[in-house]
Amino acid sequence: MNTEELQQIAAGGQEERDKFDYEVNVCMGTSCLSQHSDRIRDAIAKEAEACGKKCQVRRTGCMGPCAAGPMILVEPAGKLYGHVREGDAKDIVEALGGEPVARLDPELGSYFEGQNFVVLENVGHIDPEKIDEYIARGGYQALLKALTEMNPASVIEQISKSGLRGRGGGGYPTGLKWDTVAKVKGAQKYVICNGDEGDPGAFMDRSVLESDPQRVIEGMAIAAYAIGASKGYIYVRAEYPLAVQRLTMALREARRRGFLGNSICETQFNFDIDIRLGAGAFVCGEETALIASIEGKRGTPRPRPPYPAVSGLWADPTLINNVETFANVPPIIRHGGEWFSSMGTARSKGTKVFALTGKIQRTGLVEVPMGMTLRQIIFGIGGGVPDGRKFKAVQTGGPSGGCMPEEHLDLSISYDALISAGSMMGSGGMIVMDDTSCMVSVARFFMEFCMTESCGKCVPCRAGTVQMFELLTKITKGEATHRDLDRLTELCEVVGATSLCGLGQTAPNPVLSTLRYFKHEYLAHIDEKRCPAGVCELSPAAVEVHA
Amino acid sequence: MPLYAERPPLPSDDKRWRIVNGTMRKHGFSRNALIETLHTVQSSFGFLDEPAIKFVAQSLRVPLSQAYGVVTFYHFFSLKPPGKHTCTICTGTACYIKGSEKLVVEAEKQLHVRVGETTADGEVSLGTVRCVGDCGRAPVVLFDGELSAQMKAPQLAQQLERWTMQ
Repeated sequence: MNTEELQQIAAGGQEERDKFDYEVNVCMGTSCLSQHSDRIRDAIAKEAEACGKKCQVRRTGCMGPCAAGPMILVEPAGKLYGHVREGDAKDIVEALGGEPVARLDPELGSYFEGQNFVVLENVGHIDPEKIDEYIARGGYQALLKALTEMNPASVIEQISKSGLRGRGGGGYPTGLKWDTVAKVKGAQKYVICNGDEGDPGAFMDRSVLESDPQRVIEGMAIAAYAIGASKGYIYVRAEYPLAVQRLTMALREARRRGFLGNSICETQFNFDIDIRLGAGAFVCGEETALIASIEGKRGTPRPRPPYPAVSGLWADPTLINNVETFANVPPIIRHGGEWFSSMGTARSKGTKVFALTGKIQRTGLVEVPMGMTLRQIIFGIGGGVPDGRKFKAVQTGGPSGGCMPEEHLDLSISYDALISAGSMMGSGGMIVMDDTSCMVSVARFFMEFCMTESCGKCVPCRAGTVQMFELLTKITKGEATHRDLDRLTELCEVVGATSLCGLGQTAPNPVLSTLRYFKHEYLAHIDEKRCPAGVCELSPAAVEVHA
Repeated sequence: MPLYAERPPLPSDDKRWRIVNGTMRKHGFSRNALIETLHTVQSSFGFLDEPAIKFVAQSLRVPLSQAYGVVTFYHFFSLKPPGKHTCTICTGTACYIKGSEKLVVEAEKQLHVRVGETTADGEVSLGTVRCVGDCGRAPVVLFDGELSAQMKAPQLAQQLERWTMQ
């Protein structure tokens, strides 16, 4: 494969598109597909054929506003339809080139205002199972450029210049990580893509893998070239069957086009990727646990250092990045590191994909530049809290993160700002809660999660999470005293400071952040035997005392 | 030095064992194919029983204790056969905020089993899962692996009734 051939494929794809007057792009991500969007696509194709309009009906990945699904994007008008049913096919086809079908308006308001698509630039426009459609939108130009015009050091330089930081949650500078692995001597090095999206309430990586898998493969190949690796693994959750299926297909296509395998793009660079399935263990998102799992073992973490960069998979130097991190790589190489660093804040560059869920008007996937405020995302894009209820808190960072109250809504999103507010970026789940959520129960929910997901290797996490869970349960039952609260706070410190890996170290965060902002709710449970949100069923004896 | 034991024969002439063997062969019977192979067993048979774990462990020359350790470590693997139907309720954060706890209570009440159990007649297994990634339309329930979103308790009850009344 050389530049001309790549351009030829792209031109061929464009020619194919030019044969049609219209495009009807049907979302076939997990969410819309579960509402039978495949049948809708077939119905539209049938209608289009019947009426003789030159219309290309395409399967695409997730377009974002999942709650309004099944979604359809009609081009060239750029019109989105929502809540489409099979029976709407005829009207949609008839409306091509004329007035859009009013009743199918998804009523998304300002959903797309302020969004900036870098990682999600192709969604809604390409068929995830067709590599040529990815190429037609600039795909694999970056890999070709890296292999033929740049040396590994200059690739790393561009990544460093871009200011890209790990999108899995930790926020470690990606360029620095690549540089470290590149400098370690080793005959065999590995690139691992962490697609073990374990944070419940987050589905960014699932969407990217389902909608644009080639982007991740290209990012991994560029990384492999930069650090000198010849073998890669993508670790995906088994709970994401569609992502696994699309990825398997994408790897086959990439091999067919010669972007994986030996002598890639007529250079001496060899690289191939295998898929490894997760098996439902949250701790496997931690890099050393993930490596153990790829090796076929129980996914328990080990102390670092040595870091995987020095001793990772089978004790060889290993680079591990998250799905979204790799997905950011091709555009950075294509447009240069400076282009990327022009977006975002001083220390957090580029964009971030968030999964907006919970008690919010418009749920779905959004991509916004770093630095946007929580208020803009929740009330602008998301449309605020529905059913006339009041906003209470937003939770970011999954079980490792925290809940932020209304006074923090004007916080600009960045790695550092979220940490100073007692939460963290995490992988990008953003769950909105209204006044019907009890914050003590929410803390208890996360603690239960950490308790069941603790791998059991170190005592603070294994035993501490159980104790904290029991104390929180006691509070929600109205049986706790102030001493219990003190004990809980003390345990938070101990578990956070002494646990082996990130799971235990951050497990107290949901408790600490709710204690920081919603202590009155804890006190109401303890002193007044009352749950302000009316969620907890306080024990009958306690209620009698209160009455 | 003792030589490694021969690879064990297939436990029976059930065709599914050949699929399992195929996965191991694809990975050159390497020890690190343990999890991949267990995935194949589970997807072929629906669960992992003792003969299956022993067969895989011996074939890959992994100590049985290690194989058993892996099976019990990962939530995805099940040691018990599933019921004819499965009802899996998502208890991820978004679903929790949207009331998935009530769905669990409803299902337990109707099926007279706890989460992780199968009804006495072997018809329905009740389980939970930590997020299937359709958080935008929470709460989510998987009926026989098919995703149903924005679930409400009466709807859930109806579906379970359809199964139990058969």
